[in-house]
Amino acid sequence: MNGIIGKKIGMTSVFTEAGKNVACTIVEAGPCVVTQVKTEDSDGYSAVQMGFGERKEKNVSQAMVGHFSKANTSAKSKVIEFRDFDVVEKAIGDVITIDEVFNEGDIINVIGVSKGKGFQGVVKRHGFRGVNDATHGQHNRQRAPGSIGAASYPAKVMKGMRMAGQTGNKRVKLTNLQVIKVLPEKNLVVIKGAIPGHKGAVVVLEK
Amino acid sequence: MDAIKYVEEQMKIEGAKKLPEFRPGDAVSVNYKIIEGSKERIQSFKGDVIQISGSGESRTFTVRKMSNGVGVERIFPMFSPSIASLEILKRGKVRRAKLYYLRELVGKKARIKERKRVK
Repeated sequence: MNGIIGKKIGMTSVFTEAGKNVACTIVEAGPCVVTQVKTEDSDGYSAVQMGFGERKEKNVSQAMVGHFSKANTSAKSKVIEFRDFDVVEKAIGDVITIDEVFNEGDIINVIGVSKGKGFQGVVKRHGFRGVNDATHGQHNRQRAPGSIGAASYPAKVMKGMRMAGQTGNKRVKLTNLQVIKVLPEKNLVVIKGAIPGHKGAVVVLEK
Repeated sequence: MDAIKYVEEQMKIEGAKKLPEFRPGDAVSVNYKIIEGSKERIQSFKGDVIQISGSGESRTFTVRKMSNGVGVERIFPMFSPSIASLEILKRGKVRRAKLYYLRELVGKKARIKERKRVK
């Protein structure tokens, strides 16, 4: 899987050649430093591990400081491995930029952590409709889940029954997103549509 | 924020016309390109500008007109390449930026005074 690590900047809309107005997300992706190269011989599989974003050295464990010093780089805030990374040949300590990995028009996947919504009921969390009546004998039931199963048989609530709970703040992968434009001079990439996470959130772009 | 402005700047379409400056309250005629199959024709929408909203390249404006006694509003992106041209028919004198109050008014009360002194 080829890819790069980035930071969500925000959203805007652009016009296509056909005159259509398209919502898009701007991501600052890279430059990433290769911190380790795994090969079939040494690790049993091939992968490229890269770091993105700065972090103070005092906030990084000594083990990681040693790991970064091997790549001759400063401490990074996010380190991610891409298996079978083959778009460019890279050695440890090399810098990967956005234009080496993605081109305009590529179809990519974006992985991020969605915005946390807290403990939510079933209407928001699972799209239940609740009780649509305010009258006809209803009281305190407008956003209730309704029945969660039968009674003495099976005499239990089935596993996986959709109920209220923590919503968002969860790893989400969105697939088949289109790269509208790559702006390598500012390390920016413009992606069609929305992506998970808040502004400033770390996201992984993969192809 | 700067990165967003930079992207908007880079993604500007050459074909997009620069529209003449107008304000809420002005009566305008928006000539809008419509593509029907392979044919392209221009349709004009005449009415009063009741709001300009948004910022940067994603700014929009709303035009309101009365059509057979029914109010019709249409929102146009300010920098849409589909706008062929925009004519200002009349400059209006109004006291606010969003003229939502016009939605409640009909007939003579829904008129906008003309701004005589235009720079």
